Amino acid sequence: MTKSNLSFRLFPVLLGLALIGTALPAVAQKPELTVYTYSGFAAKWGPGPALKAGFEETCGCTLSYVAVDDGVALLTRVRLEGASTKADVVVGLDQNLTVEAAATGLFAPHGVETKSLALPVAWSDATFLPFDHGAFAVIYDTKALPQPPKSLKELVEGDPKQKIILQDPRTSTPGLGMLLWVKAVYGDQAPAAWAKLRGRILTTTKSWGDAYSLFTKGEAPMVLSYTTSPAYHLIEEKSDRYAAALFSEGHYPQIEVAAAVNGSKQAELAQRFLAFLITDKAQSIIPTTNWMFPVTATAMQPEEFKTLPKPSKMLLLPGDQVAQNRKAWTDEWLKALAQ
Amino acid sequence: MPALACALILLAALGAGIGPVLALGMGSERGVGASLSALWGDAYLRQVILFTLGQAALSTLLAVVGAVPVARALARRQAFLGRGLLLHLLAVPLLLPALVGVLALVTLYGQKGWIAGIVRALGGEMPPLYGLGGILLAHTFFNLPLAARLLLRALETVPGESWRLSAQLGFSPGHVWRFIDRPVILRALPAIAALVFLLCAGSFTIVLALGGGPGATTLEVALYEALRLDFDPTRAALLALLQTGLCLTIGALVLRFTPPTVPLSLGPGRWATRPDVALLRTRLTDGATILLAALFVGLPIVGIIVAGLRGPMARVLLDPDLWVALANSLKLIGFTTPLTLLLAGGLLLGARRLPERARQRLAGLGILPLALPPIVIGTGWFILFRPLVLAPWVAIALTAALTALMALPYALRALAPAVIEAAARHDRLCRALGVTGWQRFRLIDFPSLRRPLATATALTAALSLGDLGAVALFGATETAALPALLFSRMGSYRFDEAAVIALFFLLVGLGLFWGIEKGFGYDRRA
Repeated sequence: MTKSNLSFRLFPVLLGLALIGTALPAVAQKPELTVYTYSGFAAKWGPGPALKAGFEETCGCTLSYVAVDDGVALLTRVRLEGASTKADVVVGLDQNLTVEAAATGLFAPHGVETKSLALPVAWSDATFLPFDHGAFAVIYDTKALPQPPKSLKELVEGDPKQKIILQDPRTSTPGLGMLLWVKAVYGDQAPAAWAKLRGRILTTTKSWGDAYSLFTKGEAPMVLSYTTSPAYHLIEEKSDRYAAALFSEGHYPQIEVAAAVNGSKQAELAQRFLAFLITDKAQSIIPTTNWMFPVTATAMQPEEFKTLPKPSKMLLLPGDQVAQNRKAWTDEWLKALAQ
Repeated sequence: MPALACALILLAALGAGIGPVLALGMGSERGVGASLSALWGDAYLRQVILFTLGQAALSTLLAVVGAVPVARALARRQAFLGRGLLLHLLAVPLLLPALVGVLALVTLYGQKGWIAGIVRALGGEMPPLYGLGGILLAHTFFNLPLAARLLLRALETVPGESWRLSAQLGFSPGHVWRFIDRPVILRALPAIAALVFLLCAGSFTIVLALGGGPGATTLEVALYEALRLDFDPTRAALLALLQTGLCLTIGALVLRFTPPTVPLSLGPGRWATRPDVALLRTRLTDGATILLAALFVGLPIVGIIVAGLRGPMARVLLDPDLWVALANSLKLIGFTTPLTLLLAGGLLLGARRLPERARQRLAGLGILPLALPPIVIGTGWFILFRPLVLAPWVAIALTAALTALMALPYALRALAPAVIEAAARHDRLCRALGVTGWQRFRLIDFPSLRRPLATATALTAALSLGDLGAVALFGATETAALPALLFSRMGSYRFDEAAVIALFFLLVGLGLFWGIEKGFGYDRRA
């Protein structure tokens, strides 16, 4: 037997040993749950780290985040990866994305008991589990605008010298929220309303951060954001300068959801994580980290959150209607503003 | 032949970007034909194309026309206090994430800005920043300095012999302009204009933030919508090809308008004083030009510094995330810069045996990465490397490769005039002496390319430090660089921290430029 022959025969054995060598630590290690989310969620000041610590206390596993830009990027990423995705759970889609997300067939029913949910709108979805919610609102600078609009109608028809900064519905979630809000209130008259509002729009930015930073620089007295925004300024900056304008027609909600991925090797852990997400323990983390409302009535909320104005009514367009018409409504919006 | 290899790598990388996106679209129910006819009949899209090209053309005109006097003034004034700093400042806008630049401009020209304060004190009213004017202002702020720097490099290729000759002939400043500066500028300008044009055509954040409404959008926005929100890869790929086609047409026009190279001199390139330096008239105009340029670029940067100093400095600097992000950014620069320089050097130096026109075409390929939207290339690569992409090293490698590709056009612009000049000067001599390959690069080319190489390196580093929206898709949290850190702050109310990070950005950039200058050493011929 020549030497080269020997090494040739030994090769599979060596390869096998090498494979066992790499596999062994994995066996000894705890199982890993991979959660795809958006970067603000996984950030140090976001809810991600505390939720990870809380879940790891009892799960006997390691939770790791993969973070992308935002909710839309989250869906894009999972779509591009398809069935081979490494994600076990996806956290951070919102109600406007659930129909398209469900159509991919990549998500599995959550199987979590949802009796404790206390959302301002009816929610029954076997796949997408809400973990926080908020409502879009016009935030105004009380120093620059003592008399804020009291309704969407007043905003649309008000003094064009008092500007508002909006986001583009094609690139930003609040932007899309505003589009749907106007649609929910004005219906077929939405294009006319946009045409009227046009004079008050300072600019339509790419993202929420772009708009809000221009607003805090004093470029305009109003910006589209969330009813919870003043809580950030109250708690983190001890400032009551910025307030949310309550509109008499009602507000448009945003409901953020999580879902387990079909065919995940950690299906059981994934379901446990989803169940954990709506426990009071997890929900009490949400308000001051994600600046949204918890989805259970019993979760702890800081005092400042209780002082926030509560919209009298929530206007939620059905998800399938939004999915069907989003493109047409965006085109309508474009036509009204871009002429 | 190295140049052909580089060109092939480039084309393969770009093809690997758009190919998978198209292929993914083929699998969907809506065919290419339907998507094409939808694009064809889209009136809004036509408006977007017109706006994209129109604002880019205007922005380019402003940036380039403004850059000519600045570059000439800097070429004439080789030694004044702060010249080095000013040159570094000219590269700063390139490294600023677009929104940081926008906020800096708002600090100066916004409703509550410094200029508005002065205008109001004088009893006037500040014209609004938003609209076409704001877009043009921001694009000029971002691109005039770049154009000026690149033009300056071209002007510096004029050999000392020409200056001595012109002095002997008693050239007036008018003669210098007509016989020396103008030909050099006209030869360099088309390619620089093309670069600026492509940058402005692909602009996204600036156009939306300052445009005042969806009437002002570029093709990039439509592309983003198609790829992200509608998840319509066919439409996205077609839009990308449309944008590339438009840009290539413009690139081809530019090549046509580039006058052929005329070797200015065959003598040794020693420095000599320009004859138009000593006159009082040029002193005054140069002084005023340089001061204006310094204010135009410098004041917004001062705005960034002021905002940063007001922020929670200690909290940001003590945060380990900042230093991890810095390390990631430096790592990225370490990977990107050699890659870009190799590609650029290969394309420019590796084709000596080809005729001049073919060489120009090869080098012209280098501008392609700017014509193709990075978000599409990034998506294509993501699809291609899907099985690997969660591993952090893959994310780093893809990010570095994408950044290197995006930096290539800048590096080429910085190097090309000097390479062409050096070729004209040394080609025959080297052939006669039989000096080729590495020896030729070391002995002949490198000494005369030292300064342009430093510029190319600085530009590449600035770009790698800056923001590339496309890499976000690779999404590996542990490899997040400085721009990602900044955006994550801006996405969660922490604008004061973002301001400190922007200042940090600025200082890191200036430090890098200074280090690169030192690293390449001073020109021994000086």
